[in-house]
Amino acid sequence: MGYFLLAAAGFLLVMMALGMVRIVRGPEDADRMMSAQLLGTGGVAVLLLIGAAEVVPAAVDVALTLALLAAFASVAFVKSATHPLSDSDKEPDGA
Amino acid sequence: MSFFLDSFTVAAVSAGAFFFLAGSVGLLRFPDALSRLHALTKADNLGLGLVMLGLLPRADGLLAALKLVFVWLLVLLASAMVSQMVARVARRGGSPS
Repeated sequence: MGYFLLAAAGFLLVMMALGMVRIVRGPEDADRMMSAQLLGTGGVAVLLLIGAAEVVPAAVDVALTLALLAAFASVAFVKSATHPLSDSDKEPDGA
Repeated sequence: MSFFLDSFTVAAVSAGAFFFLAGSVGLLRFPDALSRLHALTKADNLGLGLVMLGLLPRADGLLAALKLVFVWLLVLLASAMVSQMVARVARRGGSPS
């Protein structure tokens, strides 16, 4: 049973690697961010599978942290896309 | 009993892996950003839910099982929020500069 769960985790890793082709191809930054979102969701699933296969209960905590960090990464992307830093960092005299 | 629980785990995790496959293929093959987002967000969260459902019988105790469910609920909440925001950025065609 453990081997099946590890094989499923390996399959999900291959799927995540496949999704990362979208990071290379783009074309928009939103597409690249979707691939990072896939990395977060797939990473949570892989961690849960490995935690169940190897009987490591702490892997669930790591999965929770990864889910939270993936959400923060996407929120940071949207913030930077809608409120570009270059606007707020401009010199007051327009230089 | 254990055989049935094991076959339930195999079936649910396999179905979850299939939905991850569908999400990845959709992310690669769909023509525009919004349909890619649609493929990714729905298929992957369903896949994660099925994987979590398959792992529930293997959790030791009610508390561990409840924790697995909460991981899924957190991912659902986060991705529902994030997909709306990313869709807004993709629709504007804006790229962070």
